[in-house]
Amino acid sequence: MSAQFASGTVGRGFGDRLILGATIALAIVMIMPMLWAVGLSLKTNQALLIDTNSVLRAPWTLTNYYDILIGSGVFRWLLNSIIVSFGMSLGVLVLASLAGYGFARLDFPGRNVIFVLVLFGLAIPEQAVILVRHQLFSDLDLHNTYAGLMLPGMSAPFGVFLMTQYFKAIPTEIDEAAMLDNASRFKIFWRVLLPMTLPAQATLGIFTFLHAWNDYWWPMVSGTNPQMYTLTVGIASTQQNFAESAGLGYLMAQAVFAFVPVLIVYMFFQKYIVRAVSGAAT
Amino acid sequence: MSAAAGQLSDLGQARVQPACAGAHQSRWSHLLYVAPYLFLYVTLLVYPLFAGFWLSLHKADLFGGRRFVGLENFSRLLQDQVFLGAVGNTFYFILLTVPALAIIGLGLALALNRQTRTAAILRGVFFSSSVLSVTIVTLLWKVVFAPEGGFLANVLEAFGRQPVAFLNDADLALPAIAITTIWWCIGLPMMLFLAALQQVPRELYEAAALDNAGRWKTLWSVTLPSIRRTFALVLIIEVVLQFQLFGQAYLMTQGGPNNASRPMVLFLFEVGFTRWDVGYAVAAGQILFAFIAMAAFAQYLIARRKEAF
Repeated sequence: MSAQFASGTVGRGFGDRLILGATIALAIVMIMPMLWAVGLSLKTNQALLIDTNSVLRAPWTLTNYYDILIGSGVFRWLLNSIIVSFGMSLGVLVLASLAGYGFARLDFPGRNVIFVLVLFGLAIPEQAVILVRHQLFSDLDLHNTYAGLMLPGMSAPFGVFLMTQYFKAIPTEIDEAAMLDNASRFKIFWRVLLPMTLPAQATLGIFTFLHAWNDYWWPMVSGTNPQMYTLTVGIASTQQNFAESAGLGYLMAQAVFAFVPVLIVYMFFQKYIVRAVSGAAT
Repeated sequence: MSAAAGQLSDLGQARVQPACAGAHQSRWSHLLYVAPYLFLYVTLLVYPLFAGFWLSLHKADLFGGRRFVGLENFSRLLQDQVFLGAVGNTFYFILLTVPALAIIGLGLALALNRQTRTAAILRGVFFSSSVLSVTIVTLLWKVVFAPEGGFLANVLEAFGRQPVAFLNDADLALPAIAITTIWWCIGLPMMLFLAALQQVPRELYEAAALDNAGRWKTLWSVTLPSIRRTFALVLIIEVVLQFQLFGQAYLMTQGGPNNASRPMVLFLFEVGFTRWDVGYAVAAGQILFAFIAMAAFAQYLIARRKEAF
């Protein structure tokens, strides 16, 4: 990937500066909704009822954040989101690594047919299966459990597809060399090949984590007990419970509480997150 | 298998242990590696899909009562004005969002395809909204669009205009959801185009420079033709994504006013999870699946052409 930016070496000058200016203006529009939410969260509900333009003037206050700290389900939802997202990511990594290794390296009856059938799963949208899945989880008593929130994400074939491709790209000479050292199949997988797939594991792990963190539909219909809300579902529930003008400052403080940590994590892992998301799309 | 065995003998090593050589043979025990995933795949994806096909031929409700009705659910769908409206809304929404996402994404990629610190920061800003969940996105935009004290209402008032109730206006609700969605999703097309621009062979630009081609000429005759395949790919990926519009409409307008912003997936959700007319909802899901499968197949065909380039 030799970087060859600056295809515009032709004409640096007025044109370039115009483009830069327009892009910066657009970037300001881009972050405006977030800034607006932060501003609203720093005002009392009373002040906002009179005039929301008051966010531009002092006094600002942290009351809304204090209210979240002392009495709100947000921390429970945050904990649920962390458990579900980590659990689902770990599950996907284990299942996809094992299956990817199996499809890429081992021979068993019907292997190619099974692999193609799994690939077909890439085209099945959640909407086509969610109703039957919901009934199935009712029958199995899995609603309002962590397993119930995590399992559907683990059945998606994308991870298996990605890991199979990755294992296939590793030269077989490496396995053969390890075999000469008398290593067992599982040991070759665990000690030799798996460490070589770390970049793919990172991509898949980040992608799954983001997906689990932001997923809305399934956790909404499966985790219906407020104690089992994920942060995403919880934030949605407050939108419906609050008359918007009454608790606007508090509502925005909750939103800020939910999105600022995500943006901070994003700033640190931007490169990997972008790679994971664009890699998953193509 | 024989090829693998051949490779082994090519190594000329006679001391390979039988147990290890066995790894290259077809064995049932090797299924153990893929079995855990296959179990989940079959129970949570394959079974629900096929059970759905069967269920869509029934009149079924939450309480397990079901009666075989053949294709009645489908013929009912084709006469259901709310469903047909939802199909129309979905296509209208795709028209509002997909071309805009592709063109703005391409514009941003062209503007930010340079190795400066400013460009890196701006790329980060334009992708940042993509990591937010739909519930945060709708919360942020509801207070932008709110007619009383909303950000846009304040701006309009500052210019002496009347505030507009975007989300309560049948003509503006879906476009407002589209703007929200473009804001949320712009990062992905931008990044896909940036990756494609990095792949354009440098020699092409050098040749264009030798020909004294200007900025626009280079763009039209070198850059754009080189990323045609990515452009098609972005269009299809976005059609598939935006086809599944649900959360934004559910949280911002509940499909209103007067059904003006109800997409197909929201219809399916309401019929299946609030009216519990399960067979009917599953039938709607099959139609949705057919649309998405067609788009996914087109994506597969284009992605395969990568090797040809």
